[in-house]
Amino acid sequence: MTLSFRRRAVNAVMLTLTGVCTFLVAGVLLVILGYLAWNGATSLSLDFFTKLPVPVGETGGGMANAILGSAKVLLLAMLIGVPIGFFAGVYLAEFGDSAYSGVIRYATDLLNGVPSIVIGIFAYALVVQPMKHFSTLAGGVALGIMMIPISLRTTEEFLRAVPVSLREGAMALGASRSRTIFTVVIPAAKNGILSGLMLNLARVAGETAPLLFTALGNPFWSSGWLQPTATLPSMIYNYAIAPYDDWHRQAWAAGFVLLVLVLTVNVAARFAIGRGSARGRS
Amino acid sequence: MTEKLETVSPKFTRDPEAQNLNAGSSHGDTPMGNSSVKLAAEHLNFFYGSFQALHDVNLAVKERQVTALIGPSGCGKSTFLRTLNRISETIRHTRIDGRVLLDGADILNMDVTALRRRVGMVFQRPNPFPKSIYENIAYGVRVNGLTKDRSLDEVVEQSLHRAALWEEVKDKLHQSALALSGGQQQRLCIARALAVDPEVLLLDEPCSALDPIATAKIEDLLFVLKNQCTIVIVTHNMQQAARVADDTGFFLLGKLIEFGATEAMFRKPAQKQTEDYITGRFG
Repeated sequence: MTLSFRRRAVNAVMLTLTGVCTFLVAGVLLVILGYLAWNGATSLSLDFFTKLPVPVGETGGGMANAILGSAKVLLLAMLIGVPIGFFAGVYLAEFGDSAYSGVIRYATDLLNGVPSIVIGIFAYALVVQPMKHFSTLAGGVALGIMMIPISLRTTEEFLRAVPVSLREGAMALGASRSRTIFTVVIPAAKNGILSGLMLNLARVAGETAPLLFTALGNPFWSSGWLQPTATLPSMIYNYAIAPYDDWHRQAWAAGFVLLVLVLTVNVAARFAIGRGSARGRS
Repeated sequence: MTEKLETVSPKFTRDPEAQNLNAGSSHGDTPMGNSSVKLAAEHLNFFYGSFQALHDVNLAVKERQVTALIGPSGCGKSTFLRTLNRISETIRHTRIDGRVLLDGADILNMDVTALRRRVGMVFQRPNPFPKSIYENIAYGVRVNGLTKDRSLDEVVEQSLHRAALWEEVKDKLHQSALALSGGQQQRLCIARALAVDPEVLLLDEPCSALDPIATAKIEDLLFVLKNQCTIVIVTHNMQQAARVADDTGFFLLGKLIEFGATEAMFRKPAQKQTEDYITGRFG
């Protein structure tokens, strides 16, 4: 009797505790989303997407240059980080059974854990110092390095998930190892790898620290790849700490735009993974 | 050899009805014992690391006949089959010892790509590529660069005819192969293997994942195909071996216990172990 009462009491307490914590997890996300949507969406206007920032004191203006700047930095990051990660992932998945590949995997995990600001310093030393000025290129290099580990691991995991029977089927028809990899294995893993790429992109899109001393920021349009450029995260940072209400509103709007962008990419990627695994199963 | 195949095959592919008629009668009146040897294993040993999976196997597969390999799980029959096109080499830390002769030439000295074009394989579970039906068939043809003399469309159609699948898929050649049923997928895999005109077709328990109707279709197909190429089939189903095979080999614990004409083996096995297995006393 007492034992069963104690059990039921413990059960009730634990259930409540886990339930409340679960609610908190979802709640934090919902509060962030709601707060940002409320403040951001109300501060949003067409000007935000089409106009340059205005000098202090004037109201209005937008962040068109930062949106374009972010797009350019992300494009560069993708061009730098994805091929390196992808081909290294192919190597690890298809040829990587040696002690050497264990070292690579461990190094990749370590690289993934390097604080983003340290990667920013590295890109600063690598690109900004020799070229003697901040640039879109430097920002792209910083984010590109950040994309390598995840690009590598997602490629490796999705390639490993391709059944051995498909590889054997191709090789039994006389295809060489490399031909099998490029014409059967990679196409079979394509959806997974692409969605991994999208998640990866969404993750670095919000990075601010590595951009502070690489892309720097710029109140005007940035032409080419060798000028400093504004980006959405650095604009949010600069505008949010400034003492002007109008700038605060702009920062909210920028935060909202960034969030919607990241969420959209996330949802699209989940959808692609869902389709990918459904096809893989049959 | 290849030329012969091409002259023989169209006769059997244009008219599916004729194929079925042929299938009904060909089993009984196949001449036994007077065909030439197509593929021969001599003192074949196979190792997974330090584990020896095959012990001194000697077996001769006759041309244009169906040879079945039976035995309990883990007896080495699949391992043996996989050495015949050297797909066994794709697993690390394995070693082949001995000889396998294809038309008298040792396959271990051959270019592996050329060997696999001549010795096709169908696996236990249907493994169509996640591509269209057409692309599945075209794959081997493209890989081997065989498109010069015949158009790809022609090869695809003919291969699907040979695998008795054409009527079912002719209107959806460019749809995903994964939408087909299991039995259709397996016949697609047979068609894919046939597209490169192999001289030998290896089948590794091709019906184990299929229902009885799909199984019957594949067995019917074997009767027709054996007029065009040499067939080696691994099966754990003894009735299937009795139905389709001219010769049968019985494996146990990595050794070939008995090998001979199917009828003789099932009627009066020479070895006690074979008899025990066939009569269901174990396995």
